[in-house]
Amino acid sequence: MGTQTLYDKLWNSHVVHEEPDGTTLIYIDRHLVHEVTSPQAFEGLRLAGRKPWRIASMLAVADHNVPTTDRTQGIADPISRLQVETLDSNCDELGITEFRMADVRQGIVHVIGPEQGATLPGMTVVCGDSHTSTHGAFAALAFGIGTSEVEHVMATQCLLMKKAHAMQMLVEGALGKGVTAKDLVLAVIGKIGTAGGTGYAIEFAGSAIRALSMEGRMTVCNMAIEAGARAGMIAADDTTISYLKGRPFAPQGELWDKAVDYWRTLHSDKGAQFDKVVRLDAAEIKPQVTWGTSPEMVVAVDGNVPDPARESDPVKRSSIDLSLKYMGLQPNTPITEIQIDKVFIGSCTNARIEDLRAAAEVVRGKHVAANVKLAMAVPGSGLVKQQAEREGLDKIFVEAGFEWREPGCSMCLAMNADKLEPGERCASTSNRNFEGRQGPGGRTHLVSPEMAAAAAIAGHFVDVRNF
Amino acid sequence: MDKFIRIDGLVVPLDRANVDTDAIIPKQFLKSIKRTGFGPNLFDEWRYLDHGEPGMDNSKRPLNPDFVLNQPRYHGAQILLARENFGCGSSREHAPWALGDYGFRAIIAPSFADIFCNNCFKNGLLPIVLDTASVDDLFQAVIATPGYHLKIDLEQQSITAPNGMVYRFEVDAFRKNCLLNGLDDIGLTLQHVREIKEYEARRKTEAPWLFT
Repeated sequence: MGTQTLYDKLWNSHVVHEEPDGTTLIYIDRHLVHEVTSPQAFEGLRLAGRKPWRIASMLAVADHNVPTTDRTQGIADPISRLQVETLDSNCDELGITEFRMADVRQGIVHVIGPEQGATLPGMTVVCGDSHTSTHGAFAALAFGIGTSEVEHVMATQCLLMKKAHAMQMLVEGALGKGVTAKDLVLAVIGKIGTAGGTGYAIEFAGSAIRALSMEGRMTVCNMAIEAGARAGMIAADDTTISYLKGRPFAPQGELWDKAVDYWRTLHSDKGAQFDKVVRLDAAEIKPQVTWGTSPEMVVAVDGNVPDPARESDPVKRSSIDLSLKYMGLQPNTPITEIQIDKVFIGSCTNARIEDLRAAAEVVRGKHVAANVKLAMAVPGSGLVKQQAEREGLDKIFVEAGFEWREPGCSMCLAMNADKLEPGERCASTSNRNFEGRQGPGGRTHLVSPEMAAAAAIAGHFVDVRNF
Repeated sequence: MDKFIRIDGLVVPLDRANVDTDAIIPKQFLKSIKRTGFGPNLFDEWRYLDHGEPGMDNSKRPLNPDFVLNQPRYHGAQILLARENFGCGSSREHAPWALGDYGFRAIIAPSFADIFCNNCFKNGLLPIVLDTASVDDLFQAVIATPGYHLKIDLEQQSITAPNGMVYRFEVDAFRKNCLLNGLDDIGLTLQHVREIKEYEARRKTEAPWLFT
């Protein structure tokens, strides 16, 4: 075999069949399912008279449509309710494990998979959701798929695909104080662009990546798709293994030992060849804030909104123009002068316990600024919420003027009741600042939990390093 | 899946980069549990002046006259001419469903996002990558020429412009075959049932914790 990248190892261990042209049947170990991208797949399966190949590989949860306020009355929107009920009935009919809305284990699919140990190193993990790249933080090959592929995996436990190119994103050095995994990945996207990773699987490596907690690693891999890469991944190490120990779906006893021996091989070999290597110095990364309608439209907090007049490429200049118009921003405005209306701390990028702890630390004993109409902290799962409450984080948030919510995707994509009104500007810990993403006409600035928390207190963006 | 062999279609230019799947089909329409009916809400936020929600009568909504799809000269377009990184963002297959339901059969751009590109092939929609210079030429030609059609021949992997100019494009051989014949991927994969079972049997001994 020679020297292999982590991606080679994950790919090679899942090849079922390969055609001469490289089209490969890849076996899927874990299939995560949510309510938005699955109903048509279940229906397709039923119409074709097929049954799921391996029901035990599936884990389902409703997250996009669920309310984050009081749930005792169920879901008010009848269309959202029908979609969630459709998932419930499909899971009931086929015997698929599902965490229902009232289950404390319910939450965002990309939070609960790892939390339950349903995501393990060496696995192939898919979900009808582009942020499935999150699970690559566990040295898994994890990527988002469309609904046709959801049906394909249900019916065959496999996917037809061609191997991507391998990119190594090497981040050496130490992140400065107040600089987080979110800033790191936003800086990566700023450097290579939202199409920079198209056609690649990105392995994040280097001392800055190794130093991250699992939560931080998940934040980084989560946004690999925002750099265009379907899959992001990070080698397994002690941090990975100690995170997984004792999780409900993780192996135990002798199987655990056997698994750990295998997991320790899940890294790129010394001298392994990548198709592309990109380097970044962690020490140079500052807290990041997006100013436009694509995650690559990002600057450091001490920077300014760009001036389209200085862009020579006409397509890029037009993109900047359109973005500034949509965002209601003037060229050359210092980022720290941008006032905000709402704050959202949550999403599959930043709703884990460490994110909430970091944000709570910033707001502790302070209060949300008068111009901020709403600040919300939305835990990624019922278990994250429980843990946060045990630590008293909910009280810190509430005393600071935040709303403390039930778990779900919430205002990341506004498929539920949480959304921006037209023209409202939000400091958000989510992953996409596309037009209308958080509500029609809403204006999203992507930041870390610490930066969102500081902005909530100040009423405008501030450099959390001096806050 | 619908076959794709060749088309002779009207072209509409969408002159912006990084068109994401939230723009192609906004999230409120993803609550549907069906695969059809997304066409009227394609590019909803750009296409209409009001805010769209599922269940509205789209024929009564105010159209944005500045949005290119609303210009009468582009009505009935089957080919979308776009800029780089078209279809970035979410994996929602509702994006190609909406494009197909509207009537598009092919999209030409300098680059596509991976998941979107994959989803197109599963739905009889042909994503064609041309170099930036060719795309620039086509943008100029289509804007300058009312009724601008292109002939796309998948078998030949060629696009023929009205002036006789021929653009060649690459397409994965497997996907080309599926599109030309309207083949169902699941049916193809199920021809390998024995290999899937053999793989599982082997994997159960190598990594038994994956099957508990």
